[in-house]
Amino acid sequence: MNGPGVAWYLAVAGFLFGTGSLGVLLRRNPLIVLLSLEIMLNGANLALIGFSRNLGDGGGQIFALAVMAVAASEVVVGLGLIVALNRKRVTLDVDRLNTLRG
Amino acid sequence: MLVASVGNVLVWAVWIGAAFACLASGAAVVSFSNPFYSALALIGNLGSLAVLYLLLSAEFVAAAQVLVYAGAVMVMFLFVIAYIGPRIESPWMGGPGWQAIGAVLAAGALLVEIIVVIGLKASGRLSHSERIGTAFGSPAQVGRLFLNDHLLAFEITSIVLLVAAIGGVILGAHSRSAADEVPPL
Repeated sequence: MNGPGVAWYLAVAGFLFGTGSLGVLLRRNPLIVLLSLEIMLNGANLALIGFSRNLGDGGGQIFALAVMAVAASEVVVGLGLIVALNRKRVTLDVDRLNTLRG
Repeated sequence: MLVASVGNVLVWAVWIGAAFACLASGAAVVSFSNPFYSALALIGNLGSLAVLYLLLSAEFVAAAQVLVYAGAVMVMFLFVIAYIGPRIESPWMGGPGWQAIGAVLAAGALLVEIIVVIGLKASGRLSHSERIGTAFGSPAQVGRLFLNDHLLAFEITSIVLLVAAIGGVILGAHSRSAADEVPPL
């Protein structure tokens, strides 16, 4: 394998996951929370594909594609919720959104 | 021999560029206060990740990443951000200070946990990688794996996407009827 070994890719994946989790925990704008979730999912995807290359097994890539489909569904539902909140004139702040009643 | 070492240096150079772009744009997504800039930074993040996938000989996943994520999903994000408009600006963070400290501590603990687990479980086996053929990661191989070995996962994925589409339609229809009742501010 030319270039860096899989450990380097795993380090990048771990830092991406950490960055994303920091954004999810720290930020209060629900849109940025969704974007940070995407970063976490991408970190997991990078680790899956790195291990897939390391073990010579294509199953990791299949798993990564499934994660992509789940991420797309999550974005659809999350953005639908944000648009619904916007129609209700609710403040877009995850700390204020603590009841499920409309 | 010389050609091989030049190729190695080239791969390292591309890897360093893509990895730094990836981490920097990830930090930018978290730190911008305007979600529009965050979404643009996430497009950069996805592009550099696609380069890393190409280096790991996952050509099909890299192409799908660019098409599905950087194309479809991010366009949807940008549409929603533009639709919501100026109301989108909310304080960068807030709440009590202990919350921010706790968030940073929790994220750091997650990172340390990942490093420790991978280091303990896999450090011995990471040093050598399997030999792979030229077909590894090609659309033909991915399609064969999807429709032979992982057919159930494939079908469940399609059901998940269908349920998400129905959920999106229901959320949109519900919010439209609610908007008729509430007068605009």
